[in-house]
Amino acid sequence: MIETKLPFDQQYVRSFSEGRGEPDWLLNVRLQALAQAEQLPLPKPDKTKIDRWNFTQFSAHLVESAPLSSLEELPEQVKVLIDIAEEQKNVYVQRDHTCAYVSLADELKEKGVIFTDLATAVREHSELVQKYFMDGVKVNEHRLTALHAALVNGGVFVYVPKHVQIDVPLQAVYVHEKAEALFNHVIIVADVGSKVTYVENYISTCERSEAIVNIVAEVFALDDAHVFFGAVDSLAKGTTTYVNRRGITGRHARIEWALGLMNDGNTISENVTRLIGDGSLGDTKTVVVSRGEQVQNFTTSVIHYGKHTEGYILKHGVVRDEATSIFNGIGKIEHGASKSNAEQESRVLMLSPKARGDANPILLIDEDDVTAGHAASVGRVDPMQLYYLMSRGIPKVEAERLIIHGFLAPVVNEIPIERVKKQLIEVIERKVK
Amino acid sequence: MATLTIKDLHVAIDGKEILKGVNLEIKGGEFHAIMGPNGTGKSTLSAAIMGHPKYEVTKGSITLDGQDVLEMEVDERARAGLFLAMQYPSEISGVTNADFLRSAINARRGEGNEISLMKFIRQLDEKMAFLEMNPDMAHRYLNEGFSGGEKKRNEILQLMMLQPKIAILDEIDSGLDIDALKVVAKGVNDMRNSDFGCLIITHYQRLLNYITPDYVHVMMQGRIVKSGGPELAQRLEAEGYDWIKRELGIEDEVVEQEA
Repeated sequence: MIETKLPFDQQYVRSFSEGRGEPDWLLNVRLQALAQAEQLPLPKPDKTKIDRWNFTQFSAHLVESAPLSSLEELPEQVKVLIDIAEEQKNVYVQRDHTCAYVSLADELKEKGVIFTDLATAVREHSELVQKYFMDGVKVNEHRLTALHAALVNGGVFVYVPKHVQIDVPLQAVYVHEKAEALFNHVIIVADVGSKVTYVENYISTCERSEAIVNIVAEVFALDDAHVFFGAVDSLAKGTTTYVNRRGITGRHARIEWALGLMNDGNTISENVTRLIGDGSLGDTKTVVVSRGEQVQNFTTSVIHYGKHTEGYILKHGVVRDEATSIFNGIGKIEHGASKSNAEQESRVLMLSPKARGDANPILLIDEDDVTAGHAASVGRVDPMQLYYLMSRGIPKVEAERLIIHGFLAPVVNEIPIERVKKQLIEVIERKVK
Repeated sequence: MATLTIKDLHVAIDGKEILKGVNLEIKGGEFHAIMGPNGTGKSTLSAAIMGHPKYEVTKGSITLDGQDVLEMEVDERARAGLFLAMQYPSEISGVTNADFLRSAINARRGEGNEISLMKFIRQLDEKMAFLEMNPDMAHRYLNEGFSGGEKKRNEILQLMMLQPKIAILDEIDSGLDIDALKVVAKGVNDMRNSDFGCLIITHYQRLLNYITPDYVHVMMQGRIVKSGGPELAQRLEAEGYDWIKRELGIEDEVVEQEA
């Protein structure tokens, strides 16, 4: 049986928070969250039983990491993600919990853009952070959101002022080196009429026997704002991950997600877009490769509250070896969200007889005047496609590779940073080989 | 000069015999046409030569320059010099036409001998212009959302890019309007040289107005029942197949409905 008593108490959380010079409001959120974490149940991802997974037991909440004096010090696999030669970079690098490097172009600073580690943001922009921290994802949703709020020990804060349109992507790289537990929190606030692209990587340079990663990302696209959120997760095998990426839209706002979920460990991923404002849009594209014996559950929801809202979910997953992947897609149209449209497509490609894949499209509609549609399939590589490619001289292994890459292309092609795209292709290559 | 030799070929699908002893030899420089009504085994012959996974060769042999084709995997057959322009080409999402073609060319050339990107692009542009294809089609996903005519042109584009020794064109004319048919024929005729042999499968004489075959064969009941020169195709166009059936005493020419 998994120990349910949490390893860190009120006293620890208080001294941790005070040690970081956090304002009272944050200390209070942490203390209340910790109390709730003891009471609340684990989340219940549909069709995956997680009560024996370890999300809560670890002995060290912090590890020491030094800031980098230069990006040249980064390990090669991380360095390739960043354009080191560029002087006016918009890059954040975090080693375990610690901000190792951050850089924002002068032009963006002058416009009032904030791009900094969460701990600094809490000190320098306390009111702004307070307004959004755990507002998109609530502390009391379940034990893991509460534990997250209580123990947050890393992350980034992005604020784009009204009508500021940023054409270049902001890039964040979270390097998992030796931490036993990472509670990473990302907040992106795109104020009225603004536009921003944010791309993050979670990458392991270690292969710890056991580690816990608990991620919450909250994206707020205010009226008429446009946020593009790209992510490539490639955490190592021993890591158990809970990741919750949540978006909230204002009137005529857009949030587009392109998520390459390539972890090698057991993973619960939730990606929810709440279309609050009339005329807003949420577009979620996800690709996944599962291998080995890993168990993963990916729930993607778009919830329509505003009128004339549009929600699109596209998920393509490849499952091989003895891995299990569950894909839940939920399009929900609340009463009053008239003239809305909820579309989703889930496709799962199985590469071995022992692989298990499941696509569950769900439409929940509480309004008459809407349109909705879904498509789902679970299958193997089409033998006619293989025959066709092979009939041109392409060997079977290469033909399969082409088909798989093609299958995952809808997200790969969306990644706006060429280096990150290349890395995603390489990770896919490694995982499907 | 390449020679494809088919001897006493018997082929079954799902246990049902469709080809019942086909004999045929195609040499470099020769264009052969196989004609015949629907359901007589023409497409089965092309699928068996290429190695379609559903077709089982139960008897006979296929050799290319003496090499046993039936022992080869589908991709090995292609690299040995065979090409099949398919009646229903697959659509492959996420793989661009250009990437696919480059992979196919490089698979033939082998590791360390890959075609340079510049040379590839030049050849591709040239062949696409020759076939009056929209340059965008290089960057569209392979056959995805292509019209029937675009798919056929794309098959001929592959033929021209890959330069096989022996090509089989399986009903390359079906569903084409006259302008598209002319373009497709132009592509095939451009391939004509002493090193290239071609087997054209059709049930319309129309295509043969634009591609003149050296030999014409008629297929019925899973066998080649009559062979001749281009004049045979013209007689079939004028008189249909009934005279052959009468001549040979065949009542029902069909072996099975072809898919």
